[in-house]
Amino acid sequence: MDLSTQETIKRLADEHGADSLIVLLGAPDAESAGIAAETVVLGDPSWAGPLAGVQLGLPVYHILEDEARAAVPSEVWEDQVGLMADVLEVDAIAEAVREFREQLPQ
Amino acid sequence: MPDAAVVRAASLVLAHTPGLARHGSKPMRTLPADAELTSKFLSGLRSFDDAVSYPPHQAFLGACHPRELPARPWVGTSWAGAQRFAPFGELMPEEEFLGLMAAVDEFDLLVLTADVAERAAKRLASHPLSAYLDLGRISAATGDVTAALASGALPVHLAPDTVAGALRPAHAEDESLTAHVLLENLACKATGALALLHLLHDHGLDPAGIGYTISCSEEAVGDRYQRGGGNMGKTIASVAGLTESSGADVKNFCAAPLPAVVIAASLVVAGVFEQVVVVAGGSQPKLGMKFEGHLRHGLPVLEDVLGGVALLITADDGISPRIRLDAVGSHRVSSGGAGAQIIHDLAVRPLEAIGARLLDIDDYATELHNPEITEPQGSGDVAARNYRTIAALAARRKDIGREGIDAFVAERGMPGYAPTQGHLASAICYLPHALTRLTAGDAERVLLLAKGSLFLGRMSQRSDGMSVLLERNGG
Repeated sequence: MDLSTQETIKRLADEHGADSLIVLLGAPDAESAGIAAETVVLGDPSWAGPLAGVQLGLPVYHILEDEARAAVPSEVWEDQVGLMADVLEVDAIAEAVREFREQLPQ
Repeated sequence: MPDAAVVRAASLVLAHTPGLARHGSKPMRTLPADAELTSKFLSGLRSFDDAVSYPPHQAFLGACHPRELPARPWVGTSWAGAQRFAPFGELMPEEEFLGLMAAVDEFDLLVLTADVAERAAKRLASHPLSAYLDLGRISAATGDVTAALASGALPVHLAPDTVAGALRPAHAEDESLTAHVLLENLACKATGALALLHLLHDHGLDPAGIGYTISCSEEAVGDRYQRGGGNMGKTIASVAGLTESSGADVKNFCAAPLPAVVIAASLVVAGVFEQVVVVAGGSQPKLGMKFEGHLRHGLPVLEDVLGGVALLITADDGISPRIRLDAVGSHRVSSGGAGAQIIHDLAVRPLEAIGARLLDIDDYATELHNPEITEPQGSGDVAARNYRTIAALAARRKDIGREGIDAFVAERGMPGYAPTQGHLASAICYLPHALTRLTAGDAERVLLLAKGSLFLGRMSQRSDGMSVLLERNGG
């Protein structure tokens, strides 16, 4: 996850509190989705950005996951991202994000 | 006025610039504070022979069609019979390229050591394009590099770590005229000029017949009162000897080449100019952009080449592929930023306008970034993703069945093979291949699609894009 995005997420968490936030990803593959999820749950794995060593523990979903799909009007979801469900490897992306979401502090 | 415009000729070049890679934006920001990383970076730079024989470079230069590339990995393999000079242009070695930059430097910005200037001038004197070059400028660039560096110039290296010269800033206070900015612009000018000279020479064109030159390069030439003032188009036209040409620049991030083609074709069809050149030089800031991912995966620094492209657009000659101005796709403001909408605007709408379907296109050229460069830094396989999006759209429109998606991608797409010089990777690098396929080959229609990320400049949240349909000339 690039440094300016990390900075923005950190600022929003500081301003609003981690309890008020959900991170919604649009990454196009499992590897980058997993890295982004890890960054906002456990901290920046590359130790290069503002979230290095910062465990925000934010709930994180990918827009193609069932949970996110259920939260969006179906016609909007279909119009905006439906095609990408045919293009991207949805199961692998969902698995990569779920792995870190399940490590959220209870 | 002519009924149609055609692309009569096109050329592509690469310049191998591992010594300049340290001044790419990412290495420049990362290396100075990290001696260990600098050492790994320098030992990760490729030799010229490795760059020439790298299979994607040979596909870029026309030695083979991209679909003829072997399966990856490409690093560690060689294209059999790879040559520096290839059907579309050449891959120039770095010492000659420093000489070329000196030959096109009209403001004594570049100082070269005596031995580098001498060797570069000697080699360029036997280059096929030598008659077009002001070789006297190379020896005139010989100077006291140590003194130039002491007074604030930027060191210019031959790989891995030999100081070969220095690039002087042009103004003590103007941030638009710092040595870094001028290096970007001079490298862009030199690669654009190299591509244009190959276009003229390799296709036997008359420079005096060209009335207008549009640059779609990425760099911004200007001063502090007009940071992007331009005009790289006229700059390159001038250095290439297009005595009757004026020019201007078209800017649109990576998408710029396709609007430039559409504007050039429109000028021809409107009768404003009979012949228009579209040209772009390379993007020096993008050298080494993803080097950390490459080193992490045990790869060499793969972003070590600058690119250049030039093409000539003229009135219909009855032979060359036609540009279908009645089927130009443009990404509209009202379409928003979702991938499906963008592809709809760029692929479906223009074809519908002429009663064609997605299956009527033989080759789609989209963002053709080499995945061996993009994947190690987490950017994925951009070309494959675009092709699957087009194929998925074809499936939704019932042009093909869902089981036909893979075949659609294999037959009408191709592996990404372009260096991450964004504007060149965005479809325009396929144009010389398209000309071959639409004349000597068996293709009837090729669609070029390009997208640009306007949001990077923090003035608009939008992206933009354009598509151009090329069609075999029925005479």
